[in-house]
Amino acid sequence: MKLIFEKSVPGRHCDLLGKCDVAAAELPQKYLRATPPELPELSEVDVSRHYTELNQHVHGVNCGFYPLGSCTMKYNPRVDEEMAALPGFTAVHPLAPEAHTRGCRAVLDTAAQYLCEISGMDAMTFQPAAGAHGEFTGVLLIKQYHDARGDTARRKIIVPDSAHGTNPATAAMCGFEVVNIPSAPDGCVDLDALKAALGEDTAGLMLTNPNTVGIFDENILEITKLVHEAGGLCYYDGANLNAVMGVVRPGDMGFDCIHMNLHKTFATPHGGGGPGAGAVGCKEFLKPYLPASALMDGAGKKQVRAFAGNFLVVVRALTYLMTLGCEGVPEAAKNAVLNANYLMQRVKGTFEPAFDRICMHEFVLDLSEYKKETGVSALDVAKSLIDYGMHPPTMYFPLIVHEALMLEPTETESKQTLDWAADVFRKLYALGKTDSETMHAAPHHAQIGRPDEVKAARNPIVRWYNDSETETVRGAGN
Amino acid sequence: MSYVPSTPAERQEMLSAVGLKDWRELYRDVPPQMLLTKPLNIPHAMSELEASRAMQALAAQNTQFSLILRGAGAYDHYIPSIVKSVPAKEEFLTAYTPYQAEMSQGVLQSIFEYQTMICELTGMDVSNASVYDGATAAAEAAAACRDRKRRVTLISGAVNPDTIETVRTYCYGTNDELRVIPVKDGKTDPDALNELLTEDVSAVIVQQPNFFGLLEDAEALGEIAHAGGAQYVMSCNPIALGILKTPRECGADLAVGEGQPLGLPLGFGGPYLGYMAATKAMMRKLPGRIVGETTDSNGQRAYVLSLQAREQHIRREKASSNICSNEALCALTAAVYLSVMGPNGLAEAARQCMAKAHYLCEQLTKLPGVERVHSGDYFHEFVTTLPKREQVLAALEAEGILGGLPVEGGVLWCATEKAEKAALDRAVEIVKEVLAK
Amino acid sequence: MATPNELKYTSTHEWAKIEGNTATIGISDHAQQALGDLVFINLPQEGDEAVAGEAFGDLESVKAVSDLISPVSGTICAVNEALLDAPEMLNEDPYGAWIIKVEMSGETEELLDAAAYDALCEQEG
Repeated sequence: MKLIFEKSVPGRHCDLLGKCDVAAAELPQKYLRATPPELPELSEVDVSRHYTELNQHVHGVNCGFYPLGSCTMKYNPRVDEEMAALPGFTAVHPLAPEAHTRGCRAVLDTAAQYLCEISGMDAMTFQPAAGAHGEFTGVLLIKQYHDARGDTARRKIIVPDSAHGTNPATAAMCGFEVVNIPSAPDGCVDLDALKAALGEDTAGLMLTNPNTVGIFDENILEITKLVHEAGGLCYYDGANLNAVMGVVRPGDMGFDCIHMNLHKTFATPHGGGGPGAGAVGCKEFLKPYLPASALMDGAGKKQVRAFAGNFLVVVRALTYLMTLGCEGVPEAAKNAVLNANYLMQRVKGTFEPAFDRICMHEFVLDLSEYKKETGVSALDVAKSLIDYGMHPPTMYFPLIVHEALMLEPTETESKQTLDWAADVFRKLYALGKTDSETMHAAPHHAQIGRPDEVKAARNPIVRWYNDSETETVRGAGN
Repeated sequence: MSYVPSTPAERQEMLSAVGLKDWRELYRDVPPQMLLTKPLNIPHAMSELEASRAMQALAAQNTQFSLILRGAGAYDHYIPSIVKSVPAKEEFLTAYTPYQAEMSQGVLQSIFEYQTMICELTGMDVSNASVYDGATAAAEAAAACRDRKRRVTLISGAVNPDTIETVRTYCYGTNDELRVIPVKDGKTDPDALNELLTEDVSAVIVQQPNFFGLLEDAEALGEIAHAGGAQYVMSCNPIALGILKTPRECGADLAVGEGQPLGLPLGFGGPYLGYMAATKAMMRKLPGRIVGETTDSNGQRAYVLSLQAREQHIRREKASSNICSNEALCALTAAVYLSVMGPNGLAEAARQCMAKAHYLCEQLTKLPGVERVHSGDYFHEFVTTLPKREQVLAALEAEGILGGLPVEGGVLWCATEKAEKAALDRAVEIVKEVLAK
Repeated sequence: MATPNELKYTSTHEWAKIEGNTATIGISDHAQQALGDLVFINLPQEGDEAVAGEAFGDLESVKAVSDLISPVSGTICAVNEALLDAPEMLNEDPYGAWIIKVEMSGETEELLDAAAYDALCEQEG
């Protein structure tokens, strides 16, 4: 595909603004740029066709099965998009007076109320723009709490080694020392390791439950109790909330604060990487430390970004919650768990689950034995799935399982899709035993063959330059 | 309304296949006393029609102004139709992060093109694929500039207060110090900057145009920062960059900013778009995703997420940022906007913003008691004194006009290319009427 | 896998060649194989202090990052800056492509000889 810059024709343009109806204002030369930015010069039809072509080279949830573990790639309802595009929401300036923004404020208040109920928390902020941003906000609550009490010796955050990479990175951004504790063989918290790590320097624990291998930690009440007894607080990473929403609440598990990914659990689209929204909830005693906007609410609070957050994402999530209602929320969770267990059951006997027991909304296949036997790796299987039009599962995560493939089908897949997916896995299992070469070279029918990532990293080309010499080479491929 | 496709019969069939009788057994690891025994206290399920009505009723409670003369970090620009339709395409909309390059060339190429456009706007060598917004972009830039010896961040007092507070919060996180550079006549005071530049300062952050709409002497500030051994970070309005000197030309090491003016709606504050670009020397300090060009197994040009060893999923507690999800769809929106505007259209938008703001300022300052508070050159925002401030703003609102933002000493006004002369005249007339009462 | 006898090794897979008061430091063949294709190296500057058992830089492959741990303490007196442009030299010739040289002062980590290091690699799989 040509780059949009390679389609540019000097002098071509769209007529979008019309003539200025007041006198021009001039600036002294010293403020002005030497040459205009080299943006493409195109007609509207050029732009439309370019992006339509790009869009045809994207696999979305609407295209087919997308069992990307820990990402909750559920269907994104269209009505949510329509509501987020209402001019009554899109045209509202964040600094318009309260009397003119009652609808927006009601959206935030209502969504906060529903999410507090679902999470078992007392207060909620929508300022964080994503899950990792929510973690940062949540761990800052813990930091402020200890600081306010003068309990400044609490410098350590405990993170299980099965955690998402964002957890330790977040703790470090909050100035804490990270104490990684090993997981028990089933991926759950090793209580002895936890006890050994706890002490007067413990600020808190960051935990995902169900954990990153898709198992609900049955010791959860004991875990949060131990942390509290040591004087620490408990942070719930809501990445896996889809498994349990409406069934059991993090607040009832003993957690003090939580983030929820509205772009996972509450069906707002991922947009090729974002925007998300990371609603952060907390118990009453942490409420004074929730962030605010200096411009909207006045100074004096912590603030993690401008204004009130990714508001239009919250509009989508609220629409979703309204359609699901108190019946639909647990129904979604239960079917997410059922679908995962059903798919695991149907795949079993070929690629084996890392933990052979009832899972929550996702499960991990361990291909290390298979790789020893056939030479076919988790990566090879993932790339082979692409030829079937299936998005690969999450690969090589969690780190505690080698050759891991993590599958999360979500509740919005039908039995027929799961049966088909299981059949594809079974076929690939058999193929790897007879023809590993085909799998090493996969995908065979994708947009591109496997890209050379080493070349990309050793010699980074991270933008296009108008260089006529390379252009002739590049233009040839189209 | 439920989005679960399987029928009750199928669900039963699937349960049986797993060897279970009912769904409770799926949750057998959950301590039974924790299971919710009564329904969630949220309303019952609605049909799509009912939910749509309820949301429209909420939207109707907001005021849609016919003219918005308020900016302060969120700007009411014209959004071309195609800029709305492209990001609504379902594949772009519903895809995840392009980890699987073989299935995501469209997303990857669109980001590569976005990165190039941001580099062109800023004059930089490398851009990331976006961060959350302009405020977090500044905070991430401050973190990227720190090393073992230099930990202190200086930020101009003429930067948007939401940005200052966000940077302050991030500094609180890492236990680093933030010092605010005093402001003189609405602009960063170069002498004060010089005094604050101790050996432990890692970065100096200024905004162009600044919070008060004024143009900073950005090159001079950059020279002072560099002379003190600090990195220089500029936060720029991207529309203004259609005509203004690039951060690179001003000597910046990092260029950041709020990308909302590039085709994103006001949307009560988000989602917006934080852009970040840097010189080649700073490439590996940039947080977030970066798309790179390479070749595939057939030797064809291809795009991948590159330089990933900088990121949290690999570096874990040693990563300088935890960012994972970004604002990719907003970056796509900005790229489509810049594609249809082109270099001339963007410059025209910038010039019209400036012309309208200057016209508004001239007309307003003809009124008794309304004077500019600062003396410097400005882009599309300016501060005036305003007698009877609350009455004036209320009178404007009653006529469907959102006036400027009340700030210390007066009102911060903004005009964009959307404001017609007749509408500006009407606004000035209303102000005049209130002042005459 | 080659493990030259004349070198000393750390349990974190660096090698050190000690000549008089100067230690030349690199990474072992085992380390470069485990990391895979190296794409970037973060190097210290000449004159920086190296502390035995602490990181003096790091190495990136496409999907991993690994700290470089100094086997000795002292002042860094030379840095192989050619690696900045060509980190793949560490893959191609791990015992030829040295990373830093340290003018030693004070303590040294407990270092392994070639046989002990081979045994360690064997054990780690």
